[in-house]
Amino acid sequence: MTRRIEINPVTRIEGHAMISLHLDDAGLVQQAHLHVNQLRGFEQFCVGRPFYEMPALMARICGICPVSHLVAASKACDELLAVQVPPTATKLRRIMNLAQIIQSHALNFFHLSAPDLLLGMDSDPTQRNLFGLLQSHPERARDGIRLRQFGQQIIEQLGGKRIHPGWIVPGGVNEPLSKAHREQMLGMIPAALAIIERTLTWFPPLLDQFRAEIQTFGNFPSLFVGLANHQGTLEHYDGGIRVMDSAGNSIAQWLEPNHYADYIGEAVEPDSYLKSPYYKPLGYPDGMYRVGPLARLNLVDRCGTPRADAALTAFNARYPRPVLSSFLYHYARLIEIMYGIEQIELLLNDPDILSEHVRAFAEPNRSEGIGVSEAPRGTLIHHYRIDGQGLVTYANMIIASGNNNLAMNRGILQAARHFVHGTEIKEGMLNRVEAVIRAFDPCLSCSTHAAGAMPLHICLHAPDGRLLHELWRE
Amino acid sequence: MPSSVRVKTLRIDDLDVAGDEQQTIFDVAVEHAIPIPTLCHLDGLGAVGACRMCLVEVTSANQTRLQPACATPIEEGMQIVTNSPRLQEYRRMILELLFAEGNHVCAVCVSNGHCELQGLAQSLGMTHVRFPYHYPQRSVDASHRRFVVDHNRCILCTRCVRVCAEIEGAHTWDVMGASSQTQVITDLNQPWAEAETCTGCGKCIHVCPTGALFEKGYSVAEMHKRRQFLPYLRAMREREP
Ligand code: SF4
Ligand code: SF4
Ligand code: FES
Repeated sequence: MTRRIEINPVTRIEGHAMISLHLDDAGLVQQAHLHVNQLRGFEQFCVGRPFYEMPALMARICGICPVSHLVAASKACDELLAVQVPPTATKLRRIMNLAQIIQSHALNFFHLSAPDLLLGMDSDPTQRNLFGLLQSHPERARDGIRLRQFGQQIIEQLGGKRIHPGWIVPGGVNEPLSKAHREQMLGMIPAALAIIERTLTWFPPLLDQFRAEIQTFGNFPSLFVGLANHQGTLEHYDGGIRVMDSAGNSIAQWLEPNHYADYIGEAVEPDSYLKSPYYKPLGYPDGMYRVGPLARLNLVDRCGTPRADAALTAFNARYPRPVLSSFLYHYARLIEIMYGIEQIELLLNDPDILSEHVRAFAEPNRSEGIGVSEAPRGTLIHHYRIDGQGLVTYANMIIASGNNNLAMNRGILQAARHFVHGTEIKEGMLNRVEAVIRAFDPCLSCSTHAAGAMPLHICLHAPDGRLLHELWRE
Repeated sequence: MPSSVRVKTLRIDDLDVAGDEQQTIFDVAVEHAIPIPTLCHLDGLGAVGACRMCLVEVTSANQTRLQPACATPIEEGMQIVTNSPRLQEYRRMILELLFAEGNHVCAVCVSNGHCELQGLAQSLGMTHVRFPYHYPQRSVDASHRRFVVDHNRCILCTRCVRVCAEIEGAHTWDVMGASSQTQVITDLNQPWAEAETCTGCGKCIHVCPTGALFEKGYSVAEMHKRRQFLPYLRAMREREP
């Protein structure tokens, strides 16, 4: 048997990130594929279910960013109801969405990436984790834990349950905010701001040690895609889709999110069931784009809150736009955390935020609904159709990690060209690939193993598909 | 209480008790605050003994048998055990079978957190299901303007059938089929919206112990069922000449 095995279900279950590399006839690595989330099946699973279940069902797609799916799914359901969501409910949903982004970014930065950044990529893997960090840099590790808690606690204060809150519902939210909870959340803001200020002080100078990484690391031209609002500032909940090219030119200032199918295509890679979205006008694969924190900061005119704007100015003074190096996703995450905390404070101080009117009720008035929002990892699209009874007949989702799929593979390909010689993969590739994956922060369950190295499985295939070499790391 | 009623004495667990002959073991146990888990039984509806959750050990004339407390009238000299390792085991097993034969995804269910089936699983310490899940193909009828029946969550307790026939007097609901094909139906197995006998009163929704019957417009965990009306309605009906 010389046919290669593309997907190894056993290793998937164990949570390995599986990567396949393909050589061309000249012996050069021609393609790299990281196999991410299997959404197939999930969409099928929705069919026949009452649309009211979609938000809770979708929140189960991903244990890492359930709130993001809750937001996009509920927005799609709002459209099915064709109601005006009460303004206070929109603000409350925004707070929860931002809290999710903060906690997710904090998880990536402090728990998963900071060990690489502070201890060095080649340091002892048994120490290169949060626990090692707690020993060597206890203050920073604790800051990370606290910041993540800040996001989690906001979600908890609003939704009651930390991981899968059912508080965001079609038409709004199911309970108004209490005065006591608002005070508690406001009370947590100063400490969170202090942490991110500190982090934005120590992190940028550290980047001097990573010049080579910044240069080579997923550093390539691509489009950038994300939401922005009419003021041209950061937008994670509403707004229009902006598209920017790798030279920083705006290709599209405002595309209607609901018309995503007009401008986003979904290619299915041969040998893979993964959908790779691309920007249609440029075709496939030239329409490859990146989403997520770095894309969002490239796209907007400014963040829209004072401290985050100052941080963005400092960032761009050092790394002029458009920033192409995926390594700088880390920096972008910190700026977004700053923005998120400031924005949550603004929203909590909104005079209407305690309004009791937080939900619109209606029967379904439309048969099709699309919800688009920005998840921590990028643009998220949920699209449903229902029949006359309100049962789902069609569901499509484009998830943030899927959006980055082509770009992530591109980054892995860059690394592979470095580390594959002849028919062998050099050992050093494992760390490098892990760091590429971390920079994009895809929602792979394996990528969130906070303790220890990311379990990886890399396969090298000949042009005829023969397996030439494989590397494992548990 | 009519004067012809005869009083019977019996022993439940360690307690000597008495009741009138029309009472069931469950009725007498309730009067003496002795807990027995139930599922298909609902105060105010006729007893059917459909679920067997209320099994107790009954010794009478030197014979011990398992009987459903909700559907067994008391007898003179009965000795009843309401809780034993064997009973606990059987009750858990019944629950597991109920979960295994339907499709219960509590995390997305309107009744999550307020479901009698789920509540029993928690209170009786059901930690896992030892039987293979059947994953049956069952339908959802959302044709009614306000209500939905999701057969995936139906445990065939027939509370809906009974409340509709006994209290509302419409008898829209009934049971069709046998074995694993059994299901509740509206009228002659028509879509609910076309069931002409349905008055739209919503009583079935509120007596259903699970998320099988619910009102449209509710999200996960939002369906609270209100059953306070039942004993009252029943009492009113019994007063009629
Ligand atoms: S009906 Fe009860 S047991 Fe079944 S899914 Fe709903 S909550 Fe769970
Ligand atoms: S629909 Fe509800 S009340 Fe009717 S039989 Fe099924 S579980 Fe019982
Ligand atoms: S409660 Fe007695 S048999 Fe169901």
